Amino acid sequence: MTGGARRVVITGAGTINSLGHDVPSTLEAMREGRCGIGPLDLRDVERLSVQIGGQVKGYDEQAHFNRQQIALYDRFTQFTLLAARQAMAQSGISFSDEESEMSGVVLGTAGGGVNTWDENYRTVYEEGKNRVHPFVVPKLMNNAAASHVSMEYNLRGPSFTVATACSSSNHAMGLAFQMIRSGMCRAMLTGGSEAMLCFGGVKAWEGLRVMSKDACRPFSANRNGMVQGEGAAVFVFEEFEHARARGAEILCEVAGFGMTADAADIVMPSAQGAERAMRGAMREAGLAPEQIGYINAHGTGTAANDKSECASVSHVFGPAADRLMISSTKSMHGHLIGGTGAVELLACIMALRDGVIAPTIGYEEPDPECALDVVPNTAREAKVSAVLSNAFAFGGLNAVLALRAA
Amino acid sequence: MELRDKVIAIIAEQAMLEPGDVSLDNSPADLGIDSLGLVESIFAIEETFDISVPFNANAPEESEFDISSVAAIVAAVERLVQKQHASA
Repeated sequence: MTGGARRVVITGAGTINSLGHDVPSTLEAMREGRCGIGPLDLRDVERLSVQIGGQVKGYDEQAHFNRQQIALYDRFTQFTLLAARQAMAQSGISFSDEESEMSGVVLGTAGGGVNTWDENYRTVYEEGKNRVHPFVVPKLMNNAAASHVSMEYNLRGPSFTVATACSSSNHAMGLAFQMIRSGMCRAMLTGGSEAMLCFGGVKAWEGLRVMSKDACRPFSANRNGMVQGEGAAVFVFEEFEHARARGAEILCEVAGFGMTADAADIVMPSAQGAERAMRGAMREAGLAPEQIGYINAHGTGTAANDKSECASVSHVFGPAADRLMISSTKSMHGHLIGGTGAVELLACIMALRDGVIAPTIGYEEPDPECALDVVPNTAREAKVSAVLSNAFAFGGLNAVLALRAA
Repeated sequence: MELRDKVIAIIAEQAMLEPGDVSLDNSPADLGIDSLGLVESIFAIEETFDISVPFNANAPEESEFDISSVAAIVAAVERLVQKQHASA
């Protein structure tokens, strides 16, 4: 094995998002094509022109964390820790002293502690106070979640946070994959989190005028924009032999990762950049287009992304595009920005393990520019042995993961 | 400055042109204004005239705000100023 690339598998998964507070409830919602998007419940919502989102509902932080923890954990950190606990419990992995030095935490988030920024700006600007809580900085920093996870599980290897807007989680998971593949690490907790649904977080997005006021309808001709979501998903990525030796249940294999930059525009996507990322992921995985049965699309529901993404998929897959299923689960859980790829990886695992393809809900009118099988409105049973998960960020930063059935 | 001249000044600044070089027949694209530039111009219009412009970049042709030419934008701003300031 020395010198050769290691195989990387997923042995645990956890999540909290607008569809559910754990993986089974989230997958059930995806199977049923349930929508987690609804009216936003947040302070000053009446001053927003966009008033819908995929909010985590029925969430009580005090049910999970004590007073001291809440003082230190922004909502995005809380979501991360809850997801990490589920993933660790499912994986059943434990670390010897040596292994804990070869295991770490790589997470994605775009905004980090946005609620903490928002609340404390209110304190100093709106309320005119000249003093803020002493933990504002450790609470809002983008790496807070990764650090708290590392502390909770004594993971002392490479740990950091990746911020590449909507590709953050895929970049994070891709890097975690590479670290295990290269032999640098034994296991990694990876994924991502976002909690941007507060007045300032939504107001900032409104400015770009790409948000829908009623629904996220990816690939549908009458789509009119994206809808924000929030939450987290965290996975245990583990070196295959290590997982096999301890008899762990393997959810799927992470087989390849492709990342590229468009080097073109700060908001408009380029089909070429996306194409190169998909090809890169398949090349590393040793997969041909005909072997990919499903793509979890970036599928934001904006005019620009969906058109460009479908063009790039058609180009990469050629005739194989006719047999390919591609869906956007953002139609159900919303766009979790830096956390989105992590939650969407759950749909990939469901496809590979359970043979269920999550639908694109809200689909109403075919768009000739998105003429692919987008699994409209209803989940589908299908046996697929390999899938891709796409993420294409503002700034033209693309990150695509390739996964295989266990 | 008249409303029309103010709108032209906003568009000219975005296009990095002199107001005299902006014709009423020009579309934003004619003037080299891309989607991001358009969104920024609409923001400047909202701030200048204290109005709210209904515009979704995903479906510009379906927005109530006609952006097909400088003349159309001027007319749309006139209507919005009338409507929104009358009701204020």
